[in-house]
Amino acid sequence: MALNIPRRAGRRRLRRFTRRDVVVLGVLLGLPVLLDIVIIWGPTLASIGLSFTAWDGVGDVHWVGGDNYKNLVENYPAFWPAVRHNILWMLFLGLVATPFGLFLAVLIDRGVRFSRFYQSVIYMPVVLSLAIVGFIAQLILGTDQGVVNTILNNDENPIDWLGDSHLNLWMIMLAAGWRHVGYVMILYLAGLKSVDPQLKEAAAIDGANERQTFFRVVFPTLRPVNVIVGVITVIEALRAFDIVYAVNKGRNGLELLSVLITDNIIGEASRIGFGSAIAVVLLTVSLGFIVTFLVQELRGARDR
Amino acid sequence: MTGDLRTSAPTRPAAAPRQAPKSPARRGRWGVHIFLAGVSLAFLAPLLLAVYASLRPYEETAQDGYFSFPKHLSFEYYRRAYTESGMGKYFTNTLLIAVPGVLVTLFLASFVAFAVSRLKLRGGLVLLMFFTAGNLLPQQVIVTPLYVLFNRIPLPWWMSDSLTMYDSYWAVIIVNVGFQMGFCVFVLANFMRTLPQEILEAAIVDGAGVWTQFWRITLPLCRPALAALGTLEFTWIYNDFLWALIFISNPDKLPVTSSLNNLRGQFFTDYNLLAAGSVLVALPTILVFLLLQRHFIAGLTLGSTKG
Repeated sequence: MALNIPRRAGRRRLRRFTRRDVVVLGVLLGLPVLLDIVIIWGPTLASIGLSFTAWDGVGDVHWVGGDNYKNLVENYPAFWPAVRHNILWMLFLGLVATPFGLFLAVLIDRGVRFSRFYQSVIYMPVVLSLAIVGFIAQLILGTDQGVVNTILNNDENPIDWLGDSHLNLWMIMLAAGWRHVGYVMILYLAGLKSVDPQLKEAAAIDGANERQTFFRVVFPTLRPVNVIVGVITVIEALRAFDIVYAVNKGRNGLELLSVLITDNIIGEASRIGFGSAIAVVLLTVSLGFIVTFLVQELRGARDR
Repeated sequence: MTGDLRTSAPTRPAAAPRQAPKSPARRGRWGVHIFLAGVSLAFLAPLLLAVYASLRPYEETAQDGYFSFPKHLSFEYYRRAYTESGMGKYFTNTLLIAVPGVLVTLFLASFVAFAVSRLKLRGGLVLLMFFTAGNLLPQQVIVTPLYVLFNRIPLPWWMSDSLTMYDSYWAVIIVNVGFQMGFCVFVLANFMRTLPQEILEAAIVDGAGVWTQFWRITLPLCRPALAALGTLEFTWIYNDFLWALIFISNPDKLPVTSSLNNLRGQFFTDYNLLAAGSVLVALPTILVFLLLQRHFIAGLTLGSTKG
């Protein structure tokens, strides 16, 4: 794979390694690689294997072929809502939160005063645990004395923002977006600052207005950041878990694939094979994006 | 990266000229300021509300709602949240997980990054992909096999009172290290690529071995990146509660984020107490963020810009 390294250089360098160097390299590369295999890749493969079995975690493992997947699609009522919720989550982050973060980054990057302050405040939610975000959401949206209901002044008939299964997903996505926007903004701010100002000047001389400059000149140069932000957005949407779990353990309108996996595995039923099948569905979707991202990275690294 | 963001990356030339040619666009910024101030307020409001609620007695907010003028304000709920949830103990638990977790992650990741980006080993890119992809997998995919595995790994009594890897800090630490390493390798490799290769070459001519090249020469230059990653990783591991939820069964060993769930179970209706608890739990990460803001933000951006 590493054809980009000139052969000659590689050989010359290799001869430089003494026996002690080889030991150091072996141990300090071996340990992390081993750890990554044991903690990440081994279990990933095992999950794929387990997804074709029926197992309660204690007794024997029975091979059941594709039954888990069949059951998942045909008679697991929570599956399709969860898929829909994950997709909505992705669309919301991708089409609303991410562009908003970019917009804020562009505004702040134009060099307004107090930009440090704005930047810090908008970034602040990112350092909070999603468990806490979930709780704060309850303070604001709860039926008993929740702020929104107080403002709307409907004590008699409060809207159950988090309990109503038609509303709660949107409210939780808003809360998740609250964190996502700051993260995206920071990434774009860094990207924007690395854009060569001469590009913008040249565009201005050619008579481009600000919007044209941004979309035709600046945005395309942000490609590496765009790729990273895109991957983060998708991965975050697929991984979403803590916040719904903190609000109501992911029930009643807040089902997500990650929650279903957790429920099946650590719930009373302990349906490990079935939980693994859901995990594999999630894995398959994620891998598509991860591979795209890595190909992009690899190309970037080769150019360097 | 420039200005505030890059103060911690001294290896690149200062970007002073970039700030200069910006004068004509400075006018007519009021709209922008009003907008940004509004957004900032909207972003801060939920936090302020939690603080406000935590300072008021429950009877008062029960009667008037959270959005009302205060009659009494006190820190009583903070005292109660701290003592009644046994938070001190949970904070210790979190530190027992986060501190070794961060240190080991940074050490191992920086060596991998060093090998990939400085030694230019063959297969380095494959290694980089191997780690980065691992970091992007959804956590739930690896949960079951790890759960089973940890239940079967015996540990001596002096390492774990459950006698298995399951229900011990070791499990949570090692999972965090394994999972976070990918991100750190990615960021550090990108950072190390920006260091001048000549420094290393000079050392090699002087006969420095791999360890010296890494520990004495490369690592000191990476201090800003390491500081950034250290603060970032600390908040991430601190905030995590999925791993503890799954790998720890003894409630006394839970980290501080999951202790909030306990508090919730015991005092279900008293939201003000819970608000105080949440603020207390959030405080360390907010403080770390405010104190180390520059490093923190730089850490997020190190990996995203190509030098």
